[in-house]
Amino acid sequence: MKATPHRGFVQRVPWLTLVLLVMVTVPWMGSRFYTFLATDIVILALFATSLNLLLGYTGLVSFGHAAYFGVGAYTCAILMKTHGLPFIVGLLGAPVLAGLVALVFGYFCVRLTRIYFAMLTLAFAQIVWGICFKWNAVTGGEQGMSDVPYPDLSWMAALPLVGNLRVGEQYYLLALAIVAACLALLRMIVNSPFGRMLTVIRENPERARFIGVDVRRYELAAFVLAGAFAGVAGALFGLFNRGVFPDFAYWSKSAEVLIMVILGGMSHFWGPAIGAAALILLNQQISAYTQFWPFVLGSTLIVLLFVFPGGIVGTVAAGWNRMRGRL
Amino acid sequence: MIEPSFIFGQFVSGLSTAMYLFLIASGLSLIFGVLGVLNFAHGSFYMLGAYLAWQLVQWLGPRTESFWLAVLGAALAVALVGAVIERLLLRHMYRREELYQLLFTYALVLVISDVVRYAWGTQQLGVSRPPSMEGAFLVFGTNVPIYTVFIMLLGPAIALGIWLLLNRTGLGRTVRAAALDREMLSALGTNVGWLYTGMFALGSFFAGLGGALVTPVRSLVPGMDVEIIVEAFIIVVIGGLGSLWGTFLGAVIYGQVLAFGILVFPRFSIFAAFVLMAVILVVRPWGLFGKPIER
Repeated sequence: MKATPHRGFVQRVPWLTLVLLVMVTVPWMGSRFYTFLATDIVILALFATSLNLLLGYTGLVSFGHAAYFGVGAYTCAILMKTHGLPFIVGLLGAPVLAGLVALVFGYFCVRLTRIYFAMLTLAFAQIVWGICFKWNAVTGGEQGMSDVPYPDLSWMAALPLVGNLRVGEQYYLLALAIVAACLALLRMIVNSPFGRMLTVIRENPERARFIGVDVRRYELAAFVLAGAFAGVAGALFGLFNRGVFPDFAYWSKSAEVLIMVILGGMSHFWGPAIGAAALILLNQQISAYTQFWPFVLGSTLIVLLFVFPGGIVGTVAAGWNRMRGRL
Repeated sequence: MIEPSFIFGQFVSGLSTAMYLFLIASGLSLIFGVLGVLNFAHGSFYMLGAYLAWQLVQWLGPRTESFWLAVLGAALAVALVGAVIERLLLRHMYRREELYQLLFTYALVLVISDVVRYAWGTQQLGVSRPPSMEGAFLVFGTNVPIYTVFIMLLGPAIALGIWLLLNRTGLGRTVRAAALDREMLSALGTNVGWLYTGMFALGSFFAGLGGALVTPVRSLVPGMDVEIIVEAFIIVVIGGLGSLWGTFLGAVIYGQVLAFGILVFPRFSIFAAFVLMAVILVVRPWGLFGKPIER
């Protein structure tokens, strides 16, 4: 079934280009709300994909990925608001610090077997949250930091088409470009020999060790990379939100991103991004009716685990294969 | 200069924290030891126990008997909830990958936290100490409430009880056998399914009991579930997951580090506990009393 000599119609459609084209045109669709939703989706798609580097590709179950998202968001906000530095400094500072924090935490986490690993990532994330929550002088404590300045987008005014858009829409395009670049980078990483080795480690760590691979080092590298990309997503999200809050690093944020990955399907590179879009749209629909979003999240997760363990992508792929088998 | 009475006071407070936490962590460790499942929702059971105890005290009135009745009722109710969840859902997860088991109990955390929020709101709640335990002993110039003494005695009693159950009874032998080889035990005619349900209910009972007993000391707030599960994780990481005495020792060490860590990091005493945990992880990744597992 796998090795079809000529690719079918569905495979020949350049989906990636189409989706990117649609995403780019969102600001011209006439609704600020669409742009708002699209910004949210784009940023969290990066966050979820960064987690999947650990979950889907390396087989490491992190329950505290929001820690690095939070570190990135705070780093960027502090650099831009407290120190008045330009956006580019914040954008680069966020992954650097998030990666460093991931390096320190990861050093301990990768020494452990899977269950301990999951527990520790959660415990370390709670520490980050505790720091954000209590270190009033730097992080603004419980209140967080509001009125984080937008990046200076005046250079966009000179560009054709983009010049007369609203600031929020210009920011969306900027975020889309940055996320697209990061996703391209992540895709290169997972397809590189390094990425292949991560998959080997997921499938059989003992065998990897046997052929002379330093498993811990690879896992730590994946942990740091995932943390750094989560940091970029956090930085973008803080600016989009016009403020950063301790909630960014809270366990429920880690839960949300984990559910995005499972919902979309961790077996495929684009699964987490699809999961992010699906979850945000679901949230949008549901929050009109109920404030009990965690309840919905939890129940969704239980249903997914029992009925659709492959997530959206896995289920669609299985259905598609079955249909083709019947034809 | 630090006064001796202050040091003693910190020691007592650390020890009583340790005993509460042992109640929670012992259930976590027990469930992991037998079922092989790390129950993220253990903290949620603790929270459920606390809120149920509060509710029962409201209904029964502020008398001594009603407090104890409420504690027992809450713990039993939580055990029942645990049993139902195990029977209906968790049972189908044993054959699945660890990831799915972890995610399942994680989903329970989300669901239970919202159920509690729906039922009892988000304001702080508290229960007063039972009237018969209002007093305090004066030891080395420090007031030690009778309730604290009771908790400090209850912890070791429960540890001993679990140890006796596991090591000196026929049921305990069966449970230990189930932890070693589930299939073989099943082939020998034991109903392992119900044994698992029972052990999960027992672990949940301890979580509920801990939650109910903590109500006079800590206020009930949303988020207490995750706070306690993180503390329980630190304890079992220090002591060794699945080891009863390791968990006990871990709890004692953690309580003391927290109580005296305040002197070093006045606002972040939990950092001291994290530093200790980090050191143990480097030296003995499987904890003080745990066994190294390679996976």
